[in-house]
Amino acid sequence: MMQKTVLNDIHRRSGARMVDFGGWEMPVHYGSQIDEHHAVRRDAGMFDVSHMCSVDIEGADAAAFLRRLIANNIDKLTVAGKALYSAMLNEDGGVIDDLIVYYLADGNYRMVINAGTADKDLVWMKSRLDDWQLAVTLTPRREGAGALAMIAVQGPNARQKVWDAQPGCRAACEALQPFFAALSGEQFIARTGYTGEDGYEIALPADQAAGLWEALAAAGVQPCGLGARDTLRLEAGMNLYGQDMDESVSPLDAGLAWTVDLVSPRDFVGKAALLARPPQVQFLGLVLSERGVLRAHQQVISEHGTGEITSGSFSPTMQQAIALARLPLAVAIGDRVEVAIRDKLLAASVVKPCFVRHGQVLV
Amino acid sequence: MNIPADLKYTKNHEWIRSEADGTLTVGITDHAQELLGDLVFVELPAVGAEFAVEQEVAVVESVKAASDVYAPVAGTVVAVNQATADSPELVNQDAYAAWLFKITPAAADDVATLLDAAAYQQLVDAA
Repeated sequence: MMQKTVLNDIHRRSGARMVDFGGWEMPVHYGSQIDEHHAVRRDAGMFDVSHMCSVDIEGADAAAFLRRLIANNIDKLTVAGKALYSAMLNEDGGVIDDLIVYYLADGNYRMVINAGTADKDLVWMKSRLDDWQLAVTLTPRREGAGALAMIAVQGPNARQKVWDAQPGCRAACEALQPFFAALSGEQFIARTGYTGEDGYEIALPADQAAGLWEALAAAGVQPCGLGARDTLRLEAGMNLYGQDMDESVSPLDAGLAWTVDLVSPRDFVGKAALLARPPQVQFLGLVLSERGVLRAHQQVISEHGTGEITSGSFSPTMQQAIALARLPLAVAIGDRVEVAIRDKLLAASVVKPCFVRHGQVLV
Repeated sequence: MNIPADLKYTKNHEWIRSEADGTLTVGITDHAQELLGDLVFVELPAVGAEFAVEQEVAVVESVKAASDVYAPVAGTVVAVNQATADSPELVNQDAYAAWLFKITPAAADDVATLLDAAAYQQLVDAA
């Protein structure tokens, strides 16, 4: 049986088409995926992301634990509320998951991990704790007492509409800089997202989620499904775990080198493997020059060899097909390549993998 | 769900209208467009191309998936709807107006193999 978020009934009443997403029954759209996409680029949309899992990481050794556990450097977090995006690697340098970790206070961090990977992530983290003999407690906040729901509100008008929906939170979150979070009563409000637009991700007690969702809808925020979430993150050039990287892929081959700290002397799981194996491919964007739709696993043919699309779709903002792809190291931005789609070879150009940000086309 | 009684259907979610000139007009059903979601690309066959029954004739792609459209009967494509290729969203707006292609059956009797509205309704309900 599929797992359900606390907002499942509201989604169904709103006419959502529900799909199985990694064992979770989630809305893929509420009528039109493309309309929902445009709502986020032009105004404000909201996503139920309660299937994602918050994990509280507390104890005297919390920083020491994270210093060894993740590929980005937790010591970059020195100001309360600051967030860090990172990969968590296995010993072979493959990506177990990608995550965000927030520094709340000394010995007090909150990590947000993906839905489908949460169980294996927790098993892995507990096994690391046992091996390393550190004084840390891990508290997943997805089920049972203390369960948190999560609603992402995204778009140029998203923050204003959050303040309209619940004026009491404005004092706590108006001054937040991007990639910072703050507590507002029982809500954990982060100025983060997965769309390339401004907005908040709000974690709150599960039994309060329906009230916030309805208040946001009344403030004119468009409910959006996972379909729009995928085209928005693809336009923003953001990776999707399981598609653009997984345990068999190095973060250096998945466009995540900027999140891996190989400069500081600290050791972390997977570091030795990364140092022993330089990047094999580069991770770039494609824009299809002709009509058609780019999809994962299509082959890319360049004069320097072949590559593969890891995520592809139709960009509603650009009205063109776009993709993220693993390409030979010799391919350069601006190159023309061909993509094999069924029985045809269609022309595409190689671009930096951030197609749209803050409503503006960048390529 | 919208399943007009005057059309024929296939198990692959195509609708077929028999025209007075003996050709068959083919599109995808309302149920099919609903499953696919917003269509963004339609690839149509060449006029004059011949197809065996259930051979892939056209492709419709939504944001999330590509789906083949098959020949409901063996025959020759005699027309394609360029308006649908230019504006794939027409299929979402009215699946029974936004036809994809017209085919002349190799054998007129083959039309009898198609499902009627009641049989198609049953097929959809059972899925």
